[in-house]
Amino acid sequence: MYLKSVLAASTAVMLAGPVMAEPTAEVLHWWTSGGEAKSVAVLQDQFKAEGGTWTDMPVAGGGGDAAMTALRARVLSGNAPTAVQLKGPAIQEWYEETGLADISAVADENNWADVLPAQIAEHMKCEGQWCAAPVNVHRVNWLWGNKQILDEHGIEMPTTWDEFNAAAEKLQEAGVTPLAHGGQAWQDATIFETVVLGLGGPEFFQKALVDLDPEALQSDTMKQVFDEMRTIRGYVDDNFSGRDWNLATAMVMNGEAAFQIMGDWAKGEFLAAGKEPGTDFVCAQTPGEGFLYNVDSFAFFELDGEDKQQGQALLAKLIMGPEFQKTFNLNKGSIPARTDVALDDFDSCAVESNKAMNAGAEDGSLLPSYAHGMALRGAPAGAITDVVTAHFNSDMSSDDAVQQLVDAVANAM
Amino acid sequence: MEWLERNVPKMVLAPSFVAIMIFVYGFIAWTAWISFTKSRLMPKYDLDGIGQYERLFAAPRWDVAMNNLFIFGGLFIVISMAIGLALAIFLDQKIRAEGVLRTIYLYPMALSLIVTGTAWKWILNPGLGIQETVRGWGFESFTFDWIIRPDMAIYVIVLAAVWQASGFVMALFLAGLRSVDGEIIRAAQVDGIPTHRIYSAIIIPTMAPIFLSAFIVLAHLAIKAFDLVIALTGGGPGYATDLPATYMYAMAFSRGDLGQAASSAMIMMMVIFAIVVPYLYSELRPRHDK
Repeated sequence: MYLKSVLAASTAVMLAGPVMAEPTAEVLHWWTSGGEAKSVAVLQDQFKAEGGTWTDMPVAGGGGDAAMTALRARVLSGNAPTAVQLKGPAIQEWYEETGLADISAVADENNWADVLPAQIAEHMKCEGQWCAAPVNVHRVNWLWGNKQILDEHGIEMPTTWDEFNAAAEKLQEAGVTPLAHGGQAWQDATIFETVVLGLGGPEFFQKALVDLDPEALQSDTMKQVFDEMRTIRGYVDDNFSGRDWNLATAMVMNGEAAFQIMGDWAKGEFLAAGKEPGTDFVCAQTPGEGFLYNVDSFAFFELDGEDKQQGQALLAKLIMGPEFQKTFNLNKGSIPARTDVALDDFDSCAVESNKAMNAGAEDGSLLPSYAHGMALRGAPAGAITDVVTAHFNSDMSSDDAVQQLVDAVANAM
Repeated sequence: MEWLERNVPKMVLAPSFVAIMIFVYGFIAWTAWISFTKSRLMPKYDLDGIGQYERLFAAPRWDVAMNNLFIFGGLFIVISMAIGLALAIFLDQKIRAEGVLRTIYLYPMALSLIVTGTAWKWILNPGLGIQETVRGWGFESFTFDWIIRPDMAIYVIVLAAVWQASGFVMALFLAGLRSVDGEIIRAAQVDGIPTHRIYSAIIIPTMAPIFLSAFIVLAHLAIKAFDLVIALTGGGPGYATDLPATYMYAMAFSRGDLGQAASSAMIMMMVIFAIVVPYLYSELRPRHDK
């Protein structure tokens, strides 16, 4: 409760302006499923406890597409919401289109720069000023395994893609589906980026999927990546087309498949089914080094009105508060964006994730996920995904895929 | 009083006329404008030539979508009309329980395309549906996995769409068959003309306008097709079953690329015009032959 009183006190200081207006916030988000809704409710309660008025505006559907459509309609009609769930380069894109509120005062007061990894802090800034607050960090490059199957066949979690291929072939001979996968474009893209990271290393990933360097895109390494994608295609079962990711996770859980490559939201499925990390399932980074992050954040639009601006300041402060970062991420399965939150209550996979994030922040292998909209804007990211999914779902050669990749990226700029 | 009489119809029609001018033609013009700009996340209004159309036609995914439209549209229209006509002719044989059969065939039309798509997705899933069932009967080598094969998946969409629409086409044709003057048919029968000749030389030619209506209805269903694809394959495997409508949706709502979405919408509209304008022309031109 000490924390709460600190929060209350600092809010009181903040509120002691010349005009005493009540902070209000209308919050547009798409966290509507069980664990996510619970996580938002935590924020809502804290906001109300500080004397604010919260108007909830949840828009479900399409993995955020519906919410973004709602946002566009609101902004076009000149009535932007106070805070919006936005992430990655979309924050800067919106900043260029309409401008975003400057929340540097809150950020500086609470030393955000010191408690966030530099790479992630960069996403929260628009032309040097703070314009968004991070909520969590998902690690994308996770490999999940069914412990029982792996033990049965004497397989260790692979650390190189060659080891992964060897393990998969062994499993296939034994009649086990090696990889649970859902044939949806974003899932294909998720595997693709982990292979790029694994085979090319962090520097190559940065060049190819963040800087879109044509030389990297048409390099031999990229051809090897597509070769590996073709190999991986052989390890999934026949019915993978269109399968949702959580059904693929269930396959690993139920012993129908050995591995899944998916971000740490998959852990939520395991935990919800009462599975224990280490005994029922194992988590390891996908073969190779590095940390691909997917960070959810809230951005704040420029609005008139003392009450709304105070609502934004209060919200930004609460979102980055250690208390909220902990409760929220325990519910959501991700890890806090703040590096100074104690992880005592988190499971072993989350602790591992946090360790890798801090190490990655040091040596530069902390990289944005392209498949989850952290590295690139919508058009180029979509163009790459088109090529990846077309290659994965057909018999296109790696040479053709690389050529298409270069053309598609050029066409999307 | 007389003034009122003359002007009331105009006054009553005016609001809907204005609404249509703004919400249909106004927005078509707006979309056309956007398609000539560099709009991404939000609309921008600075004209930028035909760059968006060049990008559109350079995108392999758009090629696939347009090819699929022609494959899907062509097969869907031809097969639906053939099955619909056959069903209508069989039902027209003064058979017993016609009302029940008619309802059974017409029923799929009452379903939403989302339901049709989802049901067929399960039926065609190799691990759940027909393939698994037939294999369960002992035919181990039986394979019916079109839905997961990029080269065949578009035909799955045709299959589901035909199932949905052919009953409706049947109803159209049945009404057409019934509207043919019974006297002419009886006269032909008296003359000893065989039934298949009566159909091919008398009834079907008199039904020509019905064919045209059926064609127009089916053609615009095909071009607009969206929810069926989303429910059945989600555009996959890969983007093998993308249609122009799903392409436009992806650009506008998932990728924040409004310019691309607008230009693809304009191309879709031109395809519809290419079909509808000749139809309107033939319908609206003054008839001299009467």
